[in-house]
Amino acid sequence: MDSETFNLPQYEIPEDLRHAVAVTTLDRLYNWGRRSSVWPLMFGLACCAIEMIAAQTARYDMARFGMEVMRPTPRQADLLIVSGTVTKKMLPPIVRLYNQMPEPKYVVAMGACASGGGPFKEGYNVVAGIDKFLPVDVYIPGCPPTPQALIAGLIKLQEKIDRQIIKEASWYKRKVKDPNYVPVPILGPDLIDPRRAADIKAAAAQEE
Amino acid sequence: MTTPAPASTATVDLATRFPGVVQLDARPDYTGFIVEKDSLLEVAAAIRDEFGFDLLSSVTGVDYAPDKMEVVYHAYRTSGGPGLAFKVQVPRIDPVEVPSLIHLWPGVDLQEREVWDLLGIKFSGHPDLRRILMWEGFEGHPLRKDWKEGFYEEDVKPFKSRWPQGKFAMAEDLNPFGDNLTFPKNFEPEKWIPEGEALLYGALARYTVENEDGISSDRIVINMGPHHPSTHGVFRAVMTLEGETIKGLKPVLGYLHRNHEKIGERNTFLQNMPYTDRLDYFNSMTNNFGYALAVEKLMKIPVAERADYIRVIVSELSRIQNHFVFIGTLLNDLGAMYTPSLYAYEERELVLDIFEAISGSRMMCNYYRFGGVVRDIPDDVMQKIKDLVYERIPPKTDELDRMLSENEVLLARMRGIRMINAEDAVAYSITGPVLRAAGVPYDVRRADPYGIYDRFDFDVAVRYNGDLMDNYLIRIDEIRQSLRILDQAIRQIPQGPINSQKPAYQVRVPAGEAYGRIESPKGELGFYVLSNGKPNPWRYHVRAPSFVNVTALEKISVGTKIADFVVLLAMFDMVMGECDR
Repeated sequence: MDSETFNLPQYEIPEDLRHAVAVTTLDRLYNWGRRSSVWPLMFGLACCAIEMIAAQTARYDMARFGMEVMRPTPRQADLLIVSGTVTKKMLPPIVRLYNQMPEPKYVVAMGACASGGGPFKEGYNVVAGIDKFLPVDVYIPGCPPTPQALIAGLIKLQEKIDRQIIKEASWYKRKVKDPNYVPVPILGPDLIDPRRAADIKAAAAQEE
Repeated sequence: MTTPAPASTATVDLATRFPGVVQLDARPDYTGFIVEKDSLLEVAAAIRDEFGFDLLSSVTGVDYAPDKMEVVYHAYRTSGGPGLAFKVQVPRIDPVEVPSLIHLWPGVDLQEREVWDLLGIKFSGHPDLRRILMWEGFEGHPLRKDWKEGFYEEDVKPFKSRWPQGKFAMAEDLNPFGDNLTFPKNFEPEKWIPEGEALLYGALARYTVENEDGISSDRIVINMGPHHPSTHGVFRAVMTLEGETIKGLKPVLGYLHRNHEKIGERNTFLQNMPYTDRLDYFNSMTNNFGYALAVEKLMKIPVAERADYIRVIVSELSRIQNHFVFIGTLLNDLGAMYTPSLYAYEERELVLDIFEAISGSRMMCNYYRFGGVVRDIPDDVMQKIKDLVYERIPPKTDELDRMLSENEVLLARMRGIRMINAEDAVAYSITGPVLRAAGVPYDVRRADPYGIYDRFDFDVAVRYNGDLMDNYLIRIDEIRQSLRILDQAIRQIPQGPINSQKPAYQVRVPAGEAYGRIESPKGELGFYVLSNGKPNPWRYHVRAPSFVNVTALEKISVGTKIADFVVLLAMFDMVMGECDR
């Protein structure tokens, strides 16, 4: 960012200091730092993961946007790219990985499967969209999305980061511990979402 | 124009060898033999030892609701030639039980577990019959015809609500639980105690051991995956270690089980074509090939001459890019983080450009149709293919070879590290490059030619040491052989129609069974398709090379160091989409 656009509050800077001093807001500085170093979790589920890898290779080069540092451990990651079909068997590990990521954290649903089940929605082992469990920030359509589409989605995420305000960010609120904690689903006769246990019990009692 | 080969059954007279217990399968358009359940072991031993069918390629089950179930075996000779199908029929009354063939062919291990998991057929004598794709505690066996998933709407597509009425309701609104869920009546979630993984850890054979001096000590249990950067997807291996040596190992699959087979039985025949793309998502072009072959056998239709050549061209291009990516990821696993991958993906992108130009999609090509292909290759794309095959890929292959094959670190990590010997590889039903690197020159393209592969002059790449280095080098050999095939195919390709049939949304498939198999870059990819004359397949089974090859993982890894395990696993070139289906 050059000093012209960085000088957001429109203070008049004296001519001789123009290239040395900029006045900006804390939010803008802070978000500029965060959006330029989003570290995704090195986490592939299915077909989309291959396009995610392709997006990092020389032709598409995600590194241009500060996102090339894939971290295999969730403790160092900011972004969970759910790249592929989410199965019921895989869901508990995914939720655990999400819970282990430090705030602030973001989720991108890459492709039709992660967004809503895609072609496999009717499958008995398939979760129809990761948004039934995790809060999703950006959905990327496609089956699989091309690397260009993935990069476009990640730029959308950067725009979202740009607009966040530190004073209102949920992860800095004092009283709330772990604001985005998601209870880990249980593998029963079918997938049990602990948050919906009462619903399930009521519906199961009524089944003919 | 090539006509499909007649149903490929070897001329073996099993019925006269075992009078009374073996009968010819007399159903119209079925092949093979039906064996009495009680003499299965005896007959199977004869099939292997007397008739020489040493490679048991596929085991699967069929639910002929409401009265019987069937287990179907496909056996082949590694010396080549058509195969032999034999079947066991049992009444459909629980417990459905069939003797296990695990002592004759250890390669049936995971496949029998799959049949148990999805169809509920018990294999007596199987030492470790646990669920494999679903989890312990899951209710029911999903591939049975009377089992219905949460989003069940109708038995077959197109659903009446959509066609011809054209109404659409959210699947969530139709389900009592508001989601893709089914629970038994009066189920109480808070009282549910998960079965956990006691069975899995129990199967890992004693992890407390008595030492010679009488002091007992624990072995370390390590879980690798399902989230791990070197397991190539959501594969999980649980192992016990003593120091750094692996003493026991169990693969845990099913984290990407997307129910291809259940969905496939609801789909029409043509609707399954795009689903095959998503099996082995590096090679949609070869997956389509296997499925098209199986259905063409059922329909008894020829393939247009030009389409036959196009199929060979795209399959071999696909094989080349697959092996490039294999080498890239292998080097990743060996610690050469990402630089070789960048070289590999560069070539892959060029191949994908061609796929995109002819099919419209980079990865999920959906390019084949029954009787041909969907679009022709235009002249300018043909020129691109020529440039790639003659100008670009050969020097790049040499470059990769020069850069890597004599690299000191690579040699130290890979030379002399045992993978598997030929005898075990055949017993464990391993196919593809891993089998050929162990010294068995078995390649479906040569052993039981499909399409027009019998017209091309190429060598089956084979190496004899069976160590990791050979497993790596054979991929480079195969790239070179693929280039030879491509060279001939490009020069011979005729002009003409690209499909022998008229384009149609619904194809008429007569009743019968067919097993179409091809040599995919990972090994033998087979499709077992069973039609009863309706628009949908009655049974649609995928014999995935990644899944069957991984059966031998335990055998291969026990006794090696954990640092080598990552490389051993990489050699299978597994793709979880195909492995878990």
